[in-house]
Amino acid sequence: MALPKLKADATEARLAPLSLPQGGAAWAEAARHDALNRVGAMGLPARRDEYWRYTNPADLLSPQAPRAALFVSDELPPFDAVDRLKVVFVDGVIDPAQSDDLTLAGLEITTLADALSQDAHWSREVFGQLEARGQKPVERAFAALNTAFAAEGVVIRAMGKAAKPVSLIYRRSTETADALMHHVIRVESGADLSVLENGPAAARLNTVMEVDVADGGAFHHVRTQGRDRERRAATHIFARVGEGATYKSFTLTVNGALTRNETVIEILGDDAVAHVAGACLGDGADFNHDDTVFITHDALRCESRQVFKKVLKNGATGIFQGKILVKPGAQKTDGYQISQSLLLDDDSQFLAKPELEIYADDVACSHGSTSGAIDETALFYLRSRGVPEKEAVDLLTLAFLAEAMDEIEDQALADDLRGRLVAWLRRRH
Amino acid sequence: MLTINNLHAELEEEGKQILKGVDLVVEPGKVHAIMGPNGSGKSTLSYILAGRDGYAVTEGSATLDGVDLLEMAPEERAAAGLFLAFQYPVEIPGVGNMTFLRTALNAQRKAQGQEELSAGDFLKFVREKAKTLKIDAEMLKRPVNVGFSGGEKKRNEILQMQVLEPKMCILDETDSGLDVDAMKLVAEGVNGLRDGKRSFLVITHYQRLLDHIQPDVVHIMANGRIIRTGGPELALEVENNGYADLLAEAN
Repeated sequence: MALPKLKADATEARLAPLSLPQGGAAWAEAARHDALNRVGAMGLPARRDEYWRYTNPADLLSPQAPRAALFVSDELPPFDAVDRLKVVFVDGVIDPAQSDDLTLAGLEITTLADALSQDAHWSREVFGQLEARGQKPVERAFAALNTAFAAEGVVIRAMGKAAKPVSLIYRRSTETADALMHHVIRVESGADLSVLENGPAAARLNTVMEVDVADGGAFHHVRTQGRDRERRAATHIFARVGEGATYKSFTLTVNGALTRNETVIEILGDDAVAHVAGACLGDGADFNHDDTVFITHDALRCESRQVFKKVLKNGATGIFQGKILVKPGAQKTDGYQISQSLLLDDDSQFLAKPELEIYADDVACSHGSTSGAIDETALFYLRSRGVPEKEAVDLLTLAFLAEAMDEIEDQALADDLRGRLVAWLRRRH
Repeated sequence: MLTINNLHAELEEEGKQILKGVDLVVEPGKVHAIMGPNGSGKSTLSYILAGRDGYAVTEGSATLDGVDLLEMAPEERAAAGLFLAFQYPVEIPGVGNMTFLRTALNAQRKAQGQEELSAGDFLKFVREKAKTLKIDAEMLKRPVNVGFSGGEKKRNEILQMQVLEPKMCILDETDSGLDVDAMKLVAEGVNGLRDGKRSFLVITHYQRLLDHIQPDVVHIMANGRIIRTGGPELALEVENNGYADLLAEAN
């Protein structure tokens, strides 16, 4: 079916400045062409698309990235105290000089360009493949665009327990960089890998992370997205989770003009676990934060959790679109989904679309979505004990976010991010 | 210590008058009790003194050591030395009891120009007090009042009182929902704070609590006013005869 003209024109305009990366092996070129064909067939999102009704894709569609002022943080960088393998990207381009040597016991790690140039490389079974699977039933055309055009990224294969986390650090040096990054990760059977991400990356960022967790593997992901107020980001994670495997991901977002974090997880092996959580703090009408999650259960006795908490003030907008799909035969599924917002004034809004679609009869799935203000009774109780109003509101705000923060397993990482929440509240931005 | 003069107040939204001219003076070191039937305005009086939203004072005054309470924010009243033990202590999920106590104490110390206590010093300070109230380490770690029994919640109120060391303590029906043993424990906690300088205003329905916390003065409140003031014997009179006679007399 031909695309509507407006959509076709918008897609063409966005693609015009882009060119397909050269130097790939035949399989990689084919994967990129397939992805480009997907973009052509789907067209890039428009405001009227069902999954873009709450987040306006205009800033993601413009041929050039909207300018975003550089931001100099006065905080220590996230995860500073954590022993980790650092991979630094500046404006979306890997910087070997600032990065560690890409070798670590139990890991095979290289650049996307390197992996895709090899005639035989394991990543061909993952690159563009999980993204393509994740296009149904909901289209994610920006992710297909990324597969076609992204030249930068890392490719990681974990074959045992990684000695330390791989930390992807995204710095900025210009106000107009438009970055496309594509990471490919495979956690082999019984292996264990943690990936950290932090930083704004670019004025406009589009990432895809494809994560294939084999039977009995474990993948942990913790990220924070940069305090730059004007940055824009569309991130996509496509995960495939095998038997007895674990997938856990947490995202902290403070500030940013536009953040759309999409997570698509397919649980294909029995007894697997997939948790996705996020906490966000947004201040001002220029803040738009969107979590769009789709978890498919296609195996027995699997557990999934979605825990999202948003604190919004001064006209900020938070969005949650979360779905649990339980396929026929996925018995004993345990699915949990909670999305909550704390609205600190009348101007902020939270738009939530929780969805359950269940085709098995022996499952336990629950979901809840709430919007609320600060509990006045609790506030008075704290103040009556001498806690000043602002401090009391902060304490209750942290309490509201606690359930999401508790999803971070590693206590050192959790404490690092909790400290950032406290600092954000103290600064009031 | 606490001086309440011709205090009139109404519910802000409904405009319904609750307090219709309360006069009360609590001297330093004294324990005053307020008794009265349901709906007489006892709890409203305690909320207004502590600074809860939703009430409008239309006439009269309330001062603590000569300082106007009604002009102050709730946290300023606390820093000035006022403490209200709630009838229904509030559950605050996500805030640890220890964090709560330490934040409160340090906020008050800061307001009073004192140095904040370190985590270690604070822990020692609280553990000692918690022990006498039979509050264990587990209860201190749990979120404020979440999953606490009625008795545990009231003991936690008394712990806060002991930690914050206020000069004027108001206890709003602290005996409600307590069995005899829990009431003794709470009363001991309160009595331990009687030092000849600190004052107490104990609001209760029943004489029972006053067996354990001996009042110097007993007031009967009805229909938004203090209608009788007397010694401890007044509480016994209520216990034996109910409020009917007193109310009839007042009318």
